[in-house]
Amino acid sequence: MKLTLKIWRQPDAATDGSMHTYDVDDVSEDMSFLEMLDVLNEQLNAKGEDPIAFDSDCREGICGMCGLMINGEAHGPVTTTTCQLHMRSFTDGETITIEPWRSDAFPVLKDLVVDRGAFDRIIQQGGYISVNTGSAPEAHSIQVPKDAADRAFDVATCIGCGACVAACPNGSASLFMGAKITHLGELPQGQAERDSRVVNMVAQHDHEGFGGCTNIGECTAACPKEIPLDVISQLNRDLRTALKHGH
Amino acid sequence: MTDMPDTTLTSDPSHDAPLHVDTDDAVDYYTPGSPIADTKAPTGPIDERWQTRKFEARLVNPANRRKLSIIIVGTGLAGASAAATLGEAGYVVKSFCYQDSPRRAHSIAAQGGINAAKNYKEDGDSVHRLFYDTVKGGDYRSRESNVYRLAEVSTNIIDQCVAQGVPFAREYGGLLDNRSFGGVQVSRTFYARGQTGQQLLIGAYQALERQVAAGTVTTYTRHEMLEVIVADGKARGIIARDMVTGEIQTHLADVVVLASGGYGNVFYLSTNAMGCNVTAAWRAHRKGAYMANPCYTQIHPTCIPVSGSHQSKLTLMSESLRNDGRIWVPKNKADCAKDPREIPEADRDYYLERIYPSFGNLVPRDIASRAAKYQCDDGRGVGPEVDGVRRGVYLDFADAIARLGRDAVEEKYGNLFDMYARITGENPYEVPMRIYPAVHYVMGGLWVDYDLQSSIPGLFVTGEANFSDHGANRLGASALMQGLADGYFVLPHTIRDYLADGPFEQVADDHPAVVEARASVEQRIEHYLTVNGTRSVDSYHRELGHIMWEYCGMERTEEGLKKAIDLIRSLKDDFNRNVKVLGTADSLNQSLEKAGRVADFFELGELMCIDALNRRESCGGHFRAESQTEDGEALRHDDQYAYVAAWEFAGDGEKPVLHKEDLVYTAIEMKQRSYK
Repeated sequence: MKLTLKIWRQPDAATDGSMHTYDVDDVSEDMSFLEMLDVLNEQLNAKGEDPIAFDSDCREGICGMCGLMINGEAHGPVTTTTCQLHMRSFTDGETITIEPWRSDAFPVLKDLVVDRGAFDRIIQQGGYISVNTGSAPEAHSIQVPKDAADRAFDVATCIGCGACVAACPNGSASLFMGAKITHLGELPQGQAERDSRVVNMVAQHDHEGFGGCTNIGECTAACPKEIPLDVISQLNRDLRTALKHGH
Repeated sequence: MTDMPDTTLTSDPSHDAPLHVDTDDAVDYYTPGSPIADTKAPTGPIDERWQTRKFEARLVNPANRRKLSIIIVGTGLAGASAAATLGEAGYVVKSFCYQDSPRRAHSIAAQGGINAAKNYKEDGDSVHRLFYDTVKGGDYRSRESNVYRLAEVSTNIIDQCVAQGVPFAREYGGLLDNRSFGGVQVSRTFYARGQTGQQLLIGAYQALERQVAAGTVTTYTRHEMLEVIVADGKARGIIARDMVTGEIQTHLADVVVLASGGYGNVFYLSTNAMGCNVTAAWRAHRKGAYMANPCYTQIHPTCIPVSGSHQSKLTLMSESLRNDGRIWVPKNKADCAKDPREIPEADRDYYLERIYPSFGNLVPRDIASRAAKYQCDDGRGVGPEVDGVRRGVYLDFADAIARLGRDAVEEKYGNLFDMYARITGENPYEVPMRIYPAVHYVMGGLWVDYDLQSSIPGLFVTGEANFSDHGANRLGASALMQGLADGYFVLPHTIRDYLADGPFEQVADDHPAVVEARASVEQRIEHYLTVNGTRSVDSYHRELGHIMWEYCGMERTEEGLKKAIDLIRSLKDDFNRNVKVLGTADSLNQSLEKAGRVADFFELGELMCIDALNRRESCGGHFRAESQTEDGEALRHDDQYAYVAAWEFAGDGEKPVLHKEDLVYTAIEMKQRSYK
């Protein structure tokens, strides 16, 4: 395959970026999208041009490190992570536009690399159960109904990639937050801090500059782990309850 | 007896009588050193040693903990759990990772589960049985005190993770479910569907972030440790590079913990993440930390094969596929490029069923892996030709689908089939899957004593980065157990004995050790950026990986290993003269990051080959062709090699020094395995 790539280049956070066009030949349909970029980078390196910076680590769809806007879609045309997208999803001669995540809360560091530290700071505000090492009771002293355990697991599969934010016209992180609030809220262990968790996480979310949710649903459509939209309903319910409780 | 004598080695089949072998394959490559021993494990009954050590390890007053600082490198299970726990205890913790968030460390990719001796199934499990299985699984090349402790604390891990909200699989009654894993006969594996590592890591990550909010832990993401500072004989800090700004930073502390993972990426292609590297461990090794058993590598038989020279990593599929899939290759080389469905039954070689009729497709990992290699080396591999060779064998579910029905197969393996289809573009319900072995885990690592302290005082090593618990081979679902055992329950107790000597004298920023460490980092960076050669870092890494895979992979020989050492040395020289790294030092520069890692992989690769050359026996994941039974099984030589090979760095261009730690078993008897 031969492809034309239009790629966002930006030297650093302080400098403006722009789109650049590259041709890449000898693309095999068995390559992953990131391997295609590896090939381009080898070509650029050989020509003495600075390779394109992009994030990736596990390259098996679980670490959440990779993430590109491909032709305007977060992680591209298939419901998966960028690393698990393969070139057979594209056609010979195609022009592909590649951009970093779009969100003010995820500033670009270089080219396609963004800073998602805001997600860590949201978790710091309550995305946990407070239990010091060694103070846990015997595991079987806590029974969890199977449906609650399964639901908790389903939403706990969030990989924190940020596609939900990148896809949202408002740049909201409600799906990310709702997934964590639902995961911990489904479990008996998570009840003690349920009210403070949602109030503090939402406050941090807003402080970071993420937008509000207007139930558009682009987030869940882009989510590679298919986190359902109703975690945002759970988030709103928990928030209302917490406020009623006087938080 | 299954241990048939090896004609090239000795004529004595007995493992009881000492053998006197006067050839040492590695004799020209190392200097013999004095023996070493672990001095921290208490003597006495094995089931009392950890209790004794916890009691004898000195305490640090809570008010004094605030004055003691700890650096932890790596945020996988072993690092994040330690950072959270030591933060909770009140120490001042700095946590470093090269990723953009601690949650991305590669523990996250572990699929299967985590072992614990809970005996919830009342099927005869116990701490002693988990201990026994782990030592046996490690082919009697691990230290028994450490393994016993691992089994002992395994139950606490499950309690802790459940309390954190880790959503383990449960039964309808609301209690935890278990499964049997890795060929053991009890059900002791706790799991969260096929994403156990992810859920455990998120649990540890959340505990870590809670401590960040509490002010006890500071995280340094996108920071890479490039040197350890050893001042006045003690580890006192690290030099790290801010990977966004390029700033070289000095971080000083009272103690340093490396939880920096394994080095499987020395093979270039592995199931490790792209960024996994040996630099933190190797830099410590060069400063005096012994590297133990570096040649012990685990190779997993059921990975998706390489599809072309562009390949950047390999993906593992659960071994459970071998329960129902049948492995074969064409009998005729001419059929290798054909559509497998058109190859008649009579022209297929179900080679595992043929060679090992009793175990068939379920032979152990290393045997299955080597058998696949032999078929492909023989020119009967299938799939795309990469560099002139087809490296793949069929794993065929046609019989299973005919016998059980497609629905039943989908129920059992649906997610794996989907993953395979996504990566290869082929439908495994219609066309046989193709599989090939891949490097998955390394049992070798920095040498540590019972306290997890390396041979540098004040430098502790946890998780895959150390060598201690898995011997020559690791059982399934035991990597997660070890990472969390070390971080939550072992290190926090042992490190306090060291810290009880504090407060320590401050190290000044202009201490010669700091100046030297910084200069070393700056010189290396300057060097890579100014070589201005013609070849990319990746091209060198790929070539190094080929050498390692070919000569220090599934099967190792004296001749091959010696050849590999020569090849690595000349490739390293070429790298230093001809590598091309663009960009600058003071910006985000991924080529520069990779250059430093690959440079360290060259040195590690050479040591791995020397270690493999020295160990002229087959054990666990290490297979020397010179040491096998008539059936092609691994043949151990306990009388000569029942030791940990701990290597000391002796300087650039100098031969490494070999220190041997004898392995003594008091609670368990050494046996030879058999799959007859």
